[in-house]
Amino acid sequence: MLSSEAGPALVARNVSFAYGADPVLVDVGLTVARGEFAALTGPNGSGKSTLLRILLGLLVPQRGEVRVFGEAPDARHDRWRVGYVSQRPRIAPDLPATVAEVVTAGRLAKQGWWRWPRRADREAVDHALEAVALTDVRGRRLADLSGGQQQRVLIAKALAADPELLVLDEPIAGVDVESQTRFRDSLVHLVKSHGAAVLLVSHELGAVADDLDHVVVLKRSVLFDGTPADLAATGVSLGVHRDDLPLWLEELR
Amino acid sequence: MAGMPWPLPWPFDREYMQLALLAGVVVGATAPLIGTYVVQRGMSLLGDGLGHVAVAGVGASLLLGTSPTWTALVVAVVAALLIEWLRTRGTTSGDLALALVFYGGIAAGVVLASRSATNTSLEPYLFGSILTATADDVWTVVALGALIVVSIAVAGRALLAVVLDEDSARVAGIPARALNALLAVLTAVTVVAAMRIVGVLLVAALMVLPVATSRMLARSFRSTLLGAMAVGVTSAVLGLAAARQWALAAGGAIVLVSVLVFAVASLVTGALRSRGRPVTRADAGSLLSGPH
Repeated sequence: MLSSEAGPALVARNVSFAYGADPVLVDVGLTVARGEFAALTGPNGSGKSTLLRILLGLLVPQRGEVRVFGEAPDARHDRWRVGYVSQRPRIAPDLPATVAEVVTAGRLAKQGWWRWPRRADREAVDHALEAVALTDVRGRRLADLSGGQQQRVLIAKALAADPELLVLDEPIAGVDVESQTRFRDSLVHLVKSHGAAVLLVSHELGAVADDLDHVVVLKRSVLFDGTPADLAATGVSLGVHRDDLPLWLEELR
Repeated sequence: MAGMPWPLPWPFDREYMQLALLAGVVVGATAPLIGTYVVQRGMSLLGDGLGHVAVAGVGASLLLGTSPTWTALVVAVVAALLIEWLRTRGTTSGDLALALVFYGGIAAGVVLASRSATNTSLEPYLFGSILTATADDVWTVVALGALIVVSIAVAGRALLAVVLDEDSARVAGIPARALNALLAVLTAVTVVAAMRIVGVLLVAALMVLPVATSRMLARSFRSTLLGAMAVGVTSAVLGLAAARQWALAAGGAIVLVSVLVFAVASLVTGALRSRGRPVTRADAGSLLSGPH
């Protein structure tokens, strides 16, 4: 066993995975402490998405071990403890659902998927919408919102279950500056006020560069694992754009 | 059925029309109810395919002397689970296997029926025969409809979560695979419930067209569901009335009304949008009440 109930929110150790003969992840290790704001970054094809799916229990590693709050990710008891914000393009663009309906769906992890929502559930949905400053558009269709607003709706959906670990997959891609600022404020609020851990998987970390506690750079294996200050000491800035990322990754070797 | 004929106005003043009305309203409401989830999952033709498979069940019942409805239900449910299993494999061979199941089903139905010693035809099941339905037939439709409504009342919220994002739903502990299988099974139940109403070859139309109409007008998933059910029920009532008035095939008339409602809704929403005016709830209400 890697972790007890009092241990880190997330631990991965010696994780390896290959699609056929092509290794995607080789001996990857990663720890996210409770209440920590962590980021996982790396270029296209670095294995970020595969690692994310393994951490969430959507894929089983061929080697290694993952524990989320001390349990195997696909056998967790309190599922609400992990919130997941998937990439926005995964949501059907023609879905006739309102903002409130989407966020309410995120509450099912805590209320029970078969139960009708109670007062506490409705209040949690209201609070999640407030946290991302979207209360005013709760009755509008998701498809009618800007890309940045849609992304915040998905964050509110994950927040509705009061998670203790929030995992976000490329949440800033294609998002306007105002939404990036609100996005950053929402995550900082979650970490500071609720003591939740956040694992942000992204090419672009500029919007949250000053708030991160921990950065992991992945390119099939872990190239860097430390604080933003340590990363900066290597001459690398987190404010880089995705196109620059492969260049500074080479500097880490 | 007890107390029939009820004191209803023409064209529903006769007992056979009242039985048809009851079955038509149940199927008109439940087919779009399931269809809303099926369409949103990108599986619009699932109902059509399971309709083909149900023919094999009817053919087998004619050969074995069993109940066509219950035999078709067993065959369609097994096929629905097989199709869902093939879909989750996500391979090209799985896609081909779907076609094999669908076309093999209807071919088996025709062959089995041809070996039957009875004179019973497949045609009432292919195109519907609602005006000849017995009280037992209608009670079966009502029972299957109740099963569908109760299932959606319990699992509808979780099904929406799966429709929104299956991976997120799985991370949240929602049994997405089981719910997908449930949706496939409920689609099979819907197909069999609608078999005597519009026929297995037309049932998919009632699962898809009211949903397509409602999606143009509704602002939420809930109103899409309710609007689609309203269009389905309206189509059933007007289609039955038209069938009585002009001695038409009732199943075809019901589906043609739903096509007409879709066409009118498309024209009106298109005209409103071209004038730059957003479609309002009042517009939606008048459209959902059907053609005048």
